[in-house]
Amino acid sequence: MTICGAGIGSSGILKVNAERVLRKLDIEATVVAADIGSVRDVAADAQVILTSAEFVDAIGPTFADVIVVENYFDTQELTVKLEAALG
Amino acid sequence: MSLPPLPESAILIGAEAADWRAAVTLAAEALTRSGAALPAYAGEMIRMIEEHGPYVVIAPGLALAHARPGPEVIDDGLSIVTLATPVNFGHPHNDPVNVVLGLAISTPGDHLAAVAAVANVFNDSSAIADLAAARSAADVQRIMGVTE
Repeated sequence: MTICGAGIGSSGILKVNAERVLRKLDIEATVVAADIGSVRDVAADAQVILTSAEFVDAIGPTFADVIVVENYFDTQELTVKLEAALG
Repeated sequence: MSLPPLPESAILIGAEAADWRAAVTLAAEALTRSGAALPAYAGEMIRMIEEHGPYVVIAPGLALAHARPGPEVIDDGLSIVTLATPVNFGHPHNDPVNVVLGLAISTPGDHLAAVAAVANVFNDSSAIADLAAARSAADVQRIMGVTE
């Protein structure tokens, strides 16, 4: 899942790019974009949470791997970080 | 996939902004000029950043200013403001910002095609520098792939 403040802009971009990278890595996954308010409902089922540094504390306790993304458009960064978490 | 409308009225080149609030306000005013949002949307965009921090700086030099769909949004729309002098948002990696993208989304749920179109443009790693160097609204529209 991807997290941002509003659940539309940045998390949407992260969702789109994460799906592209996962397809390239041949990893089957469902990516859900959510706002930080609803993270606790959705995060229970998440294996990986992609977000930026500001939201890490607000996610709270989770079994998911939390990946902090710096450049949302850098599919190379996403590839390396997703591969490390899922590969 | 189609980009939210980005008419000439929603583009501002080489603007001066004293700080990130001023820069975000310019992007909101551009959305108001194009008819995508009411003036109150500026406050919503700023409040998102005050509440959640500078996460809207999603890539080096680029801020994606936006709030939730709400009564301040009239229609889907995009605005682009390039800054003569970059401003800091307080982001640990991606400051300073010289391109501010304003985004208004009217309906939650069907925004992903629009956001995917934005992602398409910026997955080209030269897009942000090209926008920062744009000299006219037509340049910006060409870089963003606006076809009308």
